Amino acid sequence: MSFFGFGQSADIDIVLNDAETRKKAEHKSEDGRKDKYFLFYDGETVSGKVNVTLKYPGKRLEHNGIKIEFVGQIELYYDRGNHHEFVSLVKDLARPGEITQSQTFDFEFTHVEKPYESYTGQNVKLRYFLRATVSRRLNDISKELDIVVHTLSTYPELNSSIKMEVGIEDCLHIEFEYNKSKYHLKDVIVGKIYFLLVRIKIRHMEIDIIKRETTGTGPNVYHENDTIAKYEIMDGAPVRGESIPIRLFLAGYEMTPTMRDINKKFSVRYYLNLVLIDEEERRYFKQQEITLWRKGDIVRKSMSHQAAISSQRFEGSSHPEKPLPQDSREDDS
Amino acid sequence: MADTIADTRRLYTKPQNLNDAYGPPSNFLEIDVSNPQTIGVGRGKYTTYEVRLKTNLPIFKLKESSVRRRYSDFEWLRAELERESKVVVPPLPGKALIRQLPFRGGDGIFEDSFIEERRQGLEQFLNKVAGHPLAQNERCLHMFLQDESVDKNYTPSKVRQA
Repeated sequence: MSFFGFGQSADIDIVLNDAETRKKAEHKSEDGRKDKYFLFYDGETVSGKVNVTLKYPGKRLEHNGIKIEFVGQIELYYDRGNHHEFVSLVKDLARPGEITQSQTFDFEFTHVEKPYESYTGQNVKLRYFLRATVSRRLNDISKELDIVVHTLSTYPELNSSIKMEVGIEDCLHIEFEYNKSKYHLKDVIVGKIYFLLVRIKIRHMEIDIIKRETTGTGPNVYHENDTIAKYEIMDGAPVRGESIPIRLFLAGYEMTPTMRDINKKFSVRYYLNLVLIDEEERRYFKQQEITLWRKGDIVRKSMSHQAAISSQRFEGSSHPEKPLPQDSREDDS
Repeated sequence: MADTIADTRRLYTKPQNLNDAYGPPSNFLEIDVSNPQTIGVGRGKYTTYEVRLKTNLPIFKLKESSVRRRYSDFEWLRAELERESKVVVPPLPGKALIRQLPFRGGDGIFEDSFIEERRQGLEQFLNKVAGHPLAQNERCLHMFLQDESVDKNYTPSKVRQA
């Protein structure tokens, strides 16, 4: 602001072209509040308008250029000043000059790469946003519009079950099994715990979902563990030969996909922790990592282009207007 | 846009052997501390407690045993376990030093109410400790629970099952 309150100023507003139709997704901010943001996927075009509204109509606004940026960045809370930008696109909207009346500028970032999912965690934040800036000699005027990006995956080709025998020699032997190793966010964990040897007095058994956020590299690695869920699966003392079923619906819990070494800055991994508690409150546990992935809402038509053509041939119709299966929005990751 | 409905049917399990289902569980371990008896006169007076054990755990040599122990034996056991094993050993009931000061009214540490309080504490202590899988590997625990007397000059070692 100019010292004596005389100078012209402006309000900037960023509006997306598809604001009416685009879906919004909820995302928790750093202070725990849940807000809704426009949802984008990798490869989608980001287009809209920048409205520059003069505060005092009639007065002109001198500037050193107007631009809009699309930024994807990682911010580590212990190193706030340093933003690691992994996507940075700029479009100049106006050359240095002056504006005499409120104006609107169109912009389009075509097929923008958004390689990672938006994430706000305990020690790190990954976000995408548009930033419109009116550069001026003394101080810039800028406005940011945050968006949320989800990364989608397809059903994994290989999804083996997790099956293991663990225990304490001569005291407790169990065999646990989970039906998959990769679960999507609305999936169900189906499993069982089979007791081979029980020489301790167990009071109950639960399964916990633990989220581990890892930031930093080398000697400064920091893990932040958070128990997302605790689910009791057995109350009482089991004996040899008993089998306890597990059926845990993941949709009820707030989780993100597994993120491994994102831009070499952080990871978010999930673990199932099987915990047995005996009569004297002693805890016996076994932790096992699972991979979480995000499934797209759109039904995937998995025919390849070639298969589609050959199937058309057999059906005896080769008219060109028969639609080929659309590419779904899902990416392999 | 239908989502496929997840298959939540239970995984296949082997049917349980009826002997296993209805037989005695293999985790039976009961320890009682009872029957306090005060022995001796004057300065050499002390109280012993009966420590009775019933179990079907194979790690114990005797399935039933009964021994008499005094408070200092319990203190010895606790110290041995703290040193030899990685177990966090629970505390014993108090040493009651104040009760042992001269010129106090009453019977001091031979009062019935105090002995009962101590008896309960010792029983809780033993049940907590004897059920611990790591403590069960210590020779000192087995000697305390099942040998006629406690040999404080023993060689500490681990008990391995055959």
